[in-house]
Amino acid sequence: MKAELNEQALLKGLAGNDSKAVETLYKSHFSSIQHFVLNNNGSFDDARDVFQEAMITLYEKVQSNSFVLTCQIKTYLFSICKHLWLKRLHQLGKYSGPLSSQEETISVEQDMREFDKKEASFEIMHRALNSLGEPCKSLLEGYYLNKKGMQELAADFGYTNADNAKNQKYKCLMRLKKLFFAQYNIGE
Amino acid sequence: MEDKELLETIERYLTDDMSSQERTQFETLRKNTPDIDQMVVEHKLFLDHMQSYAHRRSFAKLTSHTFNKLLAAGEWMTDDSISTKTKVIQLWNKYKRVTAIAASVGGFIALTTTILVMSLSPSLNGNQLLQLSNDIEVIKKKQQVQGHLINEVKSKVPGNAKFISGGSGFLIDTKGFIITNTHVLKGNGAIVINSEGQELHADIIYSDYSSDLALLKIDDEDFKAPKNIPFVIRKKRTDLGEEIFTLGYPRNDNDIVYGKGYLSAQTGYNGDSNAYQIQISANPGSSGAPLFNDKGEIIGIINTRQKQAEGVAFAIKSTKIFDLIETVNEKENKKAGKIKLSKNNTANLNNRKSQLSNLKNYIYSIRSYN
Repeated sequence: MKAELNEQALLKGLAGNDSKAVETLYKSHFSSIQHFVLNNNGSFDDARDVFQEAMITLYEKVQSNSFVLTCQIKTYLFSICKHLWLKRLHQLGKYSGPLSSQEETISVEQDMREFDKKEASFEIMHRALNSLGEPCKSLLEGYYLNKKGMQELAADFGYTNADNAKNQKYKCLMRLKKLFFAQYNIGE
Repeated sequence: MEDKELLETIERYLTDDMSSQERTQFETLRKNTPDIDQMVVEHKLFLDHMQSYAHRRSFAKLTSHTFNKLLAAGEWMTDDSISTKTKVIQLWNKYKRVTAIAASVGGFIALTTTILVMSLSPSLNGNQLLQLSNDIEVIKKKQQVQGHLINEVKSKVPGNAKFISGGSGFLIDTKGFIITNTHVLKGNGAIVINSEGQELHADIIYSDYSSDLALLKIDDEDFKAPKNIPFVIRKKRTDLGEEIFTLGYPRNDNDIVYGKGYLSAQTGYNGDSNAYQIQISANPGSSGAPLFNDKGEIIGIINTRQKQAEGVAFAIKSTKIFDLIETVNEKENKKAGKIKLSKNNTANLNNRKSQLSNLKNYIYSIRSYN
């Protein structure tokens, strides 16, 4: 029972961006993933990337309200990593039969589809933001991502008042939305 | 309602920033106007995507940071057959090697492993930012110093001193006042080296950890005070996209290095309004180097760079220098005297090459020791 409680606490920490929880997960589970990837045609960097994606998948899963984890964190992370690594090997044309591992796995198809969808829109947003140019990019990031007030942003960027900054923000936002939806709608 | 106001209203509606009365009104409007309803739906979709973008981005940063921290702490063995070490490890190995060389020089100085602390200083910003001070090149310098001794040039450093950190700095007053970064001065004492390789003793007059600015004063009979300082420090803001250049000492061999770039944002890391973001190649050792605009005015002091993005660096705004000087002058440091800044910009030449050969005389390499 105690172990289960610990896992719940960890997931709660993860959902709240707690760096201690992230550190614990890395300490407890990364080396087995490293072992798995290295034994199956991969490098240390591959293991790092795959594990990071698995962490993001888990993070986004615990953030949703309907979240239930039906297995141990270890099993979940491993299942995701195995799935991702298999996909990667396929892409590289390096796949050569079933992967060797003794770990227990669960089906993660549904979660992976969710992840891929989010990944796609993340990429689109990333590209859209980056093609905006400055100061639009920093202005919008300041307002929407870093949650800064208009007054503060006006001072940071050297606008004479908050209204002018607001005006500029509106123009930038329109451009960003246009860029984003142009790509997003093609993808859908 | 204008489009802009409408969107603002929608945003307030979606972020729950409305009185209940306004909310009811808006909901009625939404119900009766399909176009507005559509806009609300679309904007909500967009904001949701922004939100998950922000979440994923900050979480990815957190994982990278955690991973690099644990890796540097030796949590995992990286397989030898695979050359996949992260930057942190590469740096560490490099330093390990230099350390070995220096030790073989004959124990001229004892080395401490505090070297490692260098780029990993946690007080800053985890793994996102790299302070550009240089703790290691110092060792190599000591090998040169030995050469100096042979040429009967005595080093200004006490024989038993251990070098801790280093970087760049620049003269702001003919009396020998030099501006640099606080994190360049991790030791108790400092020497400065001019572009000709001459070492001079300097006192640390003032260190302000919050702004990362520090003031040194050359205290050495060999110091030949220049007649004037050929640049002014800019009081006003610098515009986006303005061309900038820097001169500093990022290299092992203590040769001055010129770099050119442009101002890419009015704020620094995480929207820090006391800093600029610049597009320039900056390396360890560039810390404390002056940032000039096209007119040759000092607009900032380089102090950090983003670890993941090549060429993205940050510089403290020149206005912070005025704050520092004011503080120091108020304290009436009798021994050091008052700082007087140059009022004339004589470095404003059309020819960049001759401008640089003039400016380099006012820029120093800095070494701090215990």
